[in-house]
Amino acid sequence: MVEHSIYPENQEMVITTSQVNFFYGQTQALFGISLLIPAKQVTALIGPSGCGKSTFLRCLNRMNDTIPHGRVEGEIFINAKDIYAPGTDVVELRKEVGMVFQKSNPFPKSIFDNVAYGPRIHGEKNPKRLAEIVEQSLQQAAIWDEVKDRLHANAMGLSGGQQQRLCIARALAVGPKILLMDEPASALDPKATTRIEDLIGELRTNYTIVIVTHNMQQAARVSDYTAFFYEGQLIECDQTPKIFTNPRQKQTEDYITGRFG
Amino acid sequence: MNKLKNTFYPLTAPKLFITDKLMRLLLMGAASTSVLVVCLIFLFLFKEAGPFAFKPGLGKLLDSQWIPVSFQQERFGVGSLLSGSALVTALAMLVTVPISVLVAIYIAEIARPGEREFLKPFIEILASIPSVVLGFFGLLVVAPLVKATFGLSTGLTALTGALLLSLMAIPTIISLSEDALVSVPYALKNASLALGASQLQTIFRVTLPAALPGIVAAVMLGIGRVIGETMAVLMVTGNAAILTASPLSSVRTMTATIAAEMGEVPFGSIHYQALFWIGIILLVITFALNIVAQRVLKKYGMMK
Ligand SMILES: Nc1ncnc2c1ncn2[C@@H]1O[C@H](COP(=O)(O)OP(=O)(O)OP(=O)(O)O)[C@@H](O)[C@H]1O
Ligand SMILES: [Mg+2]
Repeated sequence: MVEHSIYPENQEMVITTSQVNFFYGQTQALFGISLLIPAKQVTALIGPSGCGKSTFLRCLNRMNDTIPHGRVEGEIFINAKDIYAPGTDVVELRKEVGMVFQKSNPFPKSIFDNVAYGPRIHGEKNPKRLAEIVEQSLQQAAIWDEVKDRLHANAMGLSGGQQQRLCIARALAVGPKILLMDEPASALDPKATTRIEDLIGELRTNYTIVIVTHNMQQAARVSDYTAFFYEGQLIECDQTPKIFTNPRQKQTEDYITGRFG
Repeated sequence: MNKLKNTFYPLTAPKLFITDKLMRLLLMGAASTSVLVVCLIFLFLFKEAGPFAFKPGLGKLLDSQWIPVSFQQERFGVGSLLSGSALVTALAMLVTVPISVLVAIYIAEIARPGEREFLKPFIEILASIPSVVLGFFGLLVVAPLVKATFGLSTGLTALTGALLLSLMAIPTIISLSEDALVSVPYALKNASLALGASQLQTIFRVTLPAALPGIVAAVMLGIGRVIGETMAVLMVTGNAAILTASPLSSVRTMTATIAAEMGEVPFGSIHYQALFWIGIILLVITFALNIVAQRVLKKYGMMK
């Protein structure tokens, strides 16, 4: 279904999924998803509510493991490693694959401690090194200038948009290569949304990003590739301009043009 | 939603039926009873205890000893009783808090649903055992055990009382702490897991700190219950009004003193009034603990 032709000749792939099914108990939520995620590109997942975008995203860092009676079938390779192979170190996987959630969820701790949380649990104790990581991550998440004078203030005192960028900084502090973002801007006002989108534009030079979004314009603005999901199936994936101007599937066109969803 | 709610307020409701009005009055009456009872209890306590304040004077309560019946000089120092209560309570908390919090963590965060269903009834049963029954258990099982373990002449010690009180406080503290842990938003736990934290790291670095206010309140309510408990401690602490800090000596708590002496004291005597002062002190302590605990719960939005 997915043809390599949509990618440039030498495009490296970071994630390869093949025939992924996911079940919530008896209910199947994903049907045979085979998708390639290109390195250092932004891939957007779009589709109507309940089509399985979040479910698919959570398969990629095994956050679905915590769902009672959840079950994955098929194969997912990240950097050529089968992440569902027995003996896979989930901690290592999640260090590699960071996640940003729809609703910003900073810990009720200081800004510094939020960002330092990941490095600390992974064993970094050196205060100087931690301070460096924190500054660097906040810089990357484009929030350093706003918080540098109050690193030890509680993160809950930040605005929604700032909180979300803090969460991005927190994810970056662990040193991932891949960032999964599940509607990272859907709870934000237009201005904060623009900042997040700009940020994604900056991050894509260093990170592979997979972003779920409901906002078609957003997908068009930030992504290089777009995958359209419908009722648990991957309908098509293509270069973003192509999806939005000349999709191959009728269902995609209907969705893009707002005929449903 | 709002519209529905408004219909319950007489001011905005177009018309209230007479039965509604009656029902409202009835319920209001029932609700005010509790306020009335609390007020009456305070009034009654002060009325009975009052004269002591003038003769022999409240200073008497600061005496170093409690010897209410004597041929020479009666002494009404509540200090030794207070220290008895404090010692037993502190020991009980030392045992209770770590156990309860660990069990709560297990039930709320680690246990599989089946295990949870299995464990919870036991905790509820423990909560419903009458304290006299626990007292028997203390006399027959715990006291001999304490006696043998520490090579004492008697097993009726502060420690024995504390162990029994732990059994009473543990269910309360477990279930309140569990509520606090469960109410920590999933988003926080997920954030931690997604950063590569293990389940245990998530529990101890995110969930537990976030639930701490609720757990603190749970512990305070537990202390309130333990301080106010009478029967079990009366039966197993040895009833010696001594000022001591040793867990292995016999002590006497405030509640046990009231329970033991109230039956024999001449009505209206100074001794009688002194017992009422003990009651007042007890009431103030538990009252304060409850208020603080409620405040903490409310402040952190853990109480509906
Ligand atoms: N924890 C769960 N237990 C059972 N079913 C679930 C669970 N989470 C999601 N589902 C179901 O799986 C399907 C896919 O849900 P998913 O959240 O992946 O959709 P989505 O595309 O992310 O939707 P949205 O755009 O609304 O976020 C839906 O039918 C949903 O009801
Ligand atoms: Mg979703």
